[in-house]
Amino acid sequence: MLDYGTNVVAGVTPGRKGETALGVPVFNGVAEAVRETAANTSIIYVPAFAAPDAIVEAVDAGISLIVCITEGIPTLEMVRVYSYVRQGGARLIGPNCPGLISPGKCKVGIMPAHIHRPGGIGVISRSGTLTYEVVLELTVRGFGQSTCVGIGGDPIIGSSFVDVLGLFEKDAATGAVVMIGEIGGSDEESAAEFIATSLSKPVFGFIAGQSAPPGKRMGHAGAIISGGSGGAADKVAALTAAGVRMASTPTEIGELVQRWGESEDARSERI
Amino acid sequence: MRIHEYQAREIIRRYNIPTPSADVASIPSEARKIAERLRAPVVVKAQVLVGGRGKAGGVKLAQTPREAEAAAGAILGMEIKGITVEKVMVAEATKIARELYLGVVVDRRARTVAVMGSPEGGVDIEEVARSSPERIVKAHAHPMLGLFDYQARELALAMGLDGRLLRDFTLISRGLYQAFIECDASLAEINPLVVTDDGKLVAVDTKMVLDDNALFRHKDFEALRDPSDEDEAERMGRELGFSYVRLDGSIGCMVNGAGLAMATMDVIELYGGSPANFLDIGGGARSERVAAAFRLLIADPGVKAVLLNIFGGITRCDEVAKGIIAALREVPCALPIVVRLVGTNEAEGRALLAQAGLASTTSMVDAAKMVIEKARD
Repeated sequence: MLDYGTNVVAGVTPGRKGETALGVPVFNGVAEAVRETAANTSIIYVPAFAAPDAIVEAVDAGISLIVCITEGIPTLEMVRVYSYVRQGGARLIGPNCPGLISPGKCKVGIMPAHIHRPGGIGVISRSGTLTYEVVLELTVRGFGQSTCVGIGGDPIIGSSFVDVLGLFEKDAATGAVVMIGEIGGSDEESAAEFIATSLSKPVFGFIAGQSAPPGKRMGHAGAIISGGSGGAADKVAALTAAGVRMASTPTEIGELVQRWGESEDARSERI
Repeated sequence: MRIHEYQAREIIRRYNIPTPSADVASIPSEARKIAERLRAPVVVKAQVLVGGRGKAGGVKLAQTPREAEAAAGAILGMEIKGITVEKVMVAEATKIARELYLGVVVDRRARTVAVMGSPEGGVDIEEVARSSPERIVKAHAHPMLGLFDYQARELALAMGLDGRLLRDFTLISRGLYQAFIECDASLAEINPLVVTDDGKLVAVDTKMVLDDNALFRHKDFEALRDPSDEDEAERMGRELGFSYVRLDGSIGCMVNGAGLAMATMDVIELYGGSPANFLDIGGGARSERVAAAFRLLIADPGVKAVLLNIFGGITRCDEVAKGIIAALREVPCALPIVVRLVGTNEAEGRALLAQAGLASTTSMVDAAKMVIEKARD
């Protein structure tokens, strides 16, 4: 993040106040770090048992954007923490996510920065490496990204597709959106409703797990087809009906975006 | 983690939910002794972690201890959906007037816990949800304050309960909600919740699923794990910290990241191949992890070729390549291997693989096509 030029002003490790890490001062707690550096964003990497505490600490310190990379937080813990974050007026990205990057501007996450280019495509995804895959497909075809957000693979996450799609709609730098969903839950179906009614920009989509068997958790805590719902086919159908151009492979996303980019309507609003 | 009915019954009893008297047997004579002790007609129920045991003949009514022994003899050792029955629960038979449903789940859309009830108990609730969704009523618990009694009463009234049943249902709902929260469950359900012919509520069948991510703070639950619920490779994967799911295809997959691992399976299927597994080896991909993953994959006799799909992020591709080469030295693999390697330092990584005689590509689709070809040979 430092290499990328992100303005990292403080680190927090209890008991290590006064030390520095890569030239960044370390503090005992988040409130103290905020008081002394005016930090407005927090990125959390602590283990799962400590992550809920770290999120709440960030909310109480007045942090407005909290990015939680940590995987493995108990779901019921996140139910309480999510509610607290909402009440505190903060925005939480994750947990179990790679974070976010606005290429050329700022990175708060763990993604490989060099595959990104500044541009007009907003990317939103429940996955980590699959997002890199899609970003690379865009970059090699000459389509840069406005912002890429990994929202996380857990059942309860701080920001849903709908939350981030709303931000992309308002963002002047974003001309089109790529969304990468996966099996489990109904967040993609909610996104389809939102896209149909409230999103004016073109959307391209891919759903991972089309070949996944029901009842098995596919790596992510949230990626499970249960009780006949959460399957890929329903999500693809809902998004297609909402006008999303769906790809059957990550590579095809790049091809769809390229075809759109070469068409007249994209040229008219040069991205 | 799924647990057995008899284990879930033990848990909800601690929350003052009435259940039939019961005990567990692993041999028929034990079932007879339990029936003698209960001094009543009993139901002998297979303890397996799959649904549909009733239809498969895994639940039998027995009027006498001798009948209970015979029923247990028939059920023990029976195969239900590929799982051998090793235990039966022998429970006092309940005189049923009505069958209701009560369940607690995490409602992902509402981002809180939901308590659901239905007057259509004793059948598959997912079927009810499809055919007559209006027969299911739902209340959302407050994330901090929990479930209020008035919410449980509203559910009960909507289900047509009245009088004493209204009060009893409220207590049972509160108990099941509490059990769900305190056990870090992802599902707790009573189906059927029976209204007996003398007007009492009894939890006749209970099912619970526990959140794997919360097991670290419930060390005692490890004892509830049924080893037969996982195949050997899945158990090994879990102990190594991998996410591994066994499938029945011929292409072994080793991928970093769950989303990419799912997409890899999808691409293999799209081009006419069949994945043998889902395997997310996570970040790092150091040689010992890659070696362990190789051992897992080649232990599956169905695997005819292996695809490694690695997108190097924080992990550098040259490190991954070294890991793969070291792993293959440690675990010789006679199967054809296709490596797809992209990301940080990919040129160095692919050069190392080429020196070691391993074919690699940067395209996921090409890699999938190559491995499908090799699996056919």
